[in-house]
Amino acid sequence: MSSSSPSPSPSSSSSSSSPSSAIWRGRAQTGLLPLAGVVLMLILWAISSKTWSRNLPSPGKTWEVSKPYLTAPLAKRGELDQGIGRFAWYSLWLVAKGYAIALLVGTPLGFMLGRSRLFAKSFDPIIQVLRPVSPLAWLPLGLVLFEKSQPAALFTIAICAMWPTVLNTALGVRAIPQDYLNVARVLQLSRSKTFFKILLPATLPYMFTGFRLSLGIAWLVIVAVEMLTGSPGIGGFLWQEYNSLIYEHIILCILTIGVVGFLLDRAMNAVEQRLRAT
Amino acid sequence: MAFLSLKGVCKGYGVGDKRTDVLDNIDLEVSRGELVAIVGYSGAGKTTLISMIAGLIAPDRGTLTLDGRPITGPGRDRGVVFQNYSLLPWMTTRDNVLLAVEQRMPDAPREARLAEADRFLAMVNLSAARDKRPRELSGGMRQRVSLARALALDPEVLLLDEPLGALDALTRATLQGELERLCAGGDNGPGKVADQISGKTAGKTVVLITNDVDEGILLADRIIPLSHGPRATLGPAVRVDIERPRDRKTLQHDPRWKRIRNQVIEYLLGPGSRGGRAHVVAAADNVVPFRSPVTAAANRGAA
Repeated sequence: MSSSSPSPSPSSSSSSSSPSSAIWRGRAQTGLLPLAGVVLMLILWAISSKTWSRNLPSPGKTWEVSKPYLTAPLAKRGELDQGIGRFAWYSLWLVAKGYAIALLVGTPLGFMLGRSRLFAKSFDPIIQVLRPVSPLAWLPLGLVLFEKSQPAALFTIAICAMWPTVLNTALGVRAIPQDYLNVARVLQLSRSKTFFKILLPATLPYMFTGFRLSLGIAWLVIVAVEMLTGSPGIGGFLWQEYNSLIYEHIILCILTIGVVGFLLDRAMNAVEQRLRAT
Repeated sequence: MAFLSLKGVCKGYGVGDKRTDVLDNIDLEVSRGELVAIVGYSGAGKTTLISMIAGLIAPDRGTLTLDGRPITGPGRDRGVVFQNYSLLPWMTTRDNVLLAVEQRMPDAPREARLAEADRFLAMVNLSAARDKRPRELSGGMRQRVSLARALALDPEVLLLDEPLGALDALTRATLQGELERLCAGGDNGPGKVADQISGKTAGKTVVLITNDVDEGILLADRIIPLSHGPRATLGPAVRVDIERPRDRKTLQHDPRWKRIRNQVIEYLLGPGSRGGRAHVVAAADNVVPFRSPVTAAANRGAA
């Protein structure tokens, strides 16, 4: 650069340095700032454990005690002593089952609410009342109904997670442009054809927003359910380690729950974006 | 008896104080194979009128019959081209047309239906856009798909609701030519030369709704003005006795064209069509595009 002709080089170097510095600033903001946030959080955590909350394990100690669970995530040393990956897997499996029930019940319910004014008028108030009920309230009812912890857990997950699916599906059905319905009427499409060729595709983006929100709730509920029923999983492990006074593992569990929840949301978001693109 | 007949049809929306009567006492008779253009202001109730013929909405009073049978709902004997295309965005061009083909020939094998859909796409010169989705198409192309879908139903009556209203002037002119080729080829409409076009779609009964008088003259056997709303009604019909095919370039110098044009516009601007006069003249610039200085002068002389 310096050996080349003197007159154009200053101008070219200055013009090329400003976009590259902008790129570097961009990279720093996407990569370094989150890192800075994490470091700050760790410092606050360390200070807290040293000062006002002596029971809180320090970051270093948490890492040491959690290490075997993280480095061998699928190990099974005993019923209550397994790798964190294995516990997370148990939870995910239970969530998957409860979530499936939520979608299978919630989607048709949403369609009926969206399509039938009569149905919506009859059931909307009930839905509005049941929707804010906490999973902790549903679980005992599930135990009464099903007498076993596993079906009660599924019942709780399903009934808590289904509302976003129900409401978004209904919203999507109501938002279908009249034009599309007129096409169906003019072509005299049968009921099933109207459903599969028009109602369903037109509602799909809304439905998937509901599915994503429902999955988030299902993952929230699972921890509470496992803590109360004592079933093996990430929430069960958390509660058991609290009772065994191994506080480091509480933090390990919280972080794992957070990371898994984040990944689930990302995955659903990717599916949703794809769906909107087509 | 007329093929399509409307007698004393009234339609309004709302109740009580908020009620507006959109259409009042509409009488219309369309014979088989005839192309009738209904020309009127935006918001006069043109879409309401065509929706009633399509069977999408019911009239408050009056009767609509098609081939002697009362119209009670949508039917496969009537194909509709909507103002805003109404294509299904999640389907390809061909699938949109296929939807209509499947309704007409539900028992045919899949290959036959696909071939039929392709035939209609070829008819509107869209074979190349077969696998595209509506949002990848221009407005004019979308309207062609919409037309192909309506034709694929092979209806007896084609209802065109301002089919070219949302298009630019050039695309509009091209598509008017296509419409003439596809729809205005009947042989019992007065003023049509019998053996002009021998396509499969020729000879359909067509009701064209438009806000463009020239478009009406180019395509129709009869033009009927629709008066200013609310309580809009049909004015006196004007027969378009110009032989086909009509060439839009030479048409403008035809004395018959000027006469028809003036007759329609006179009604739309005159006292027969309700509404404040000054207000109507201002609106008329939007309704009737002046194509050349000559026509503008002719129109001024008439008004």
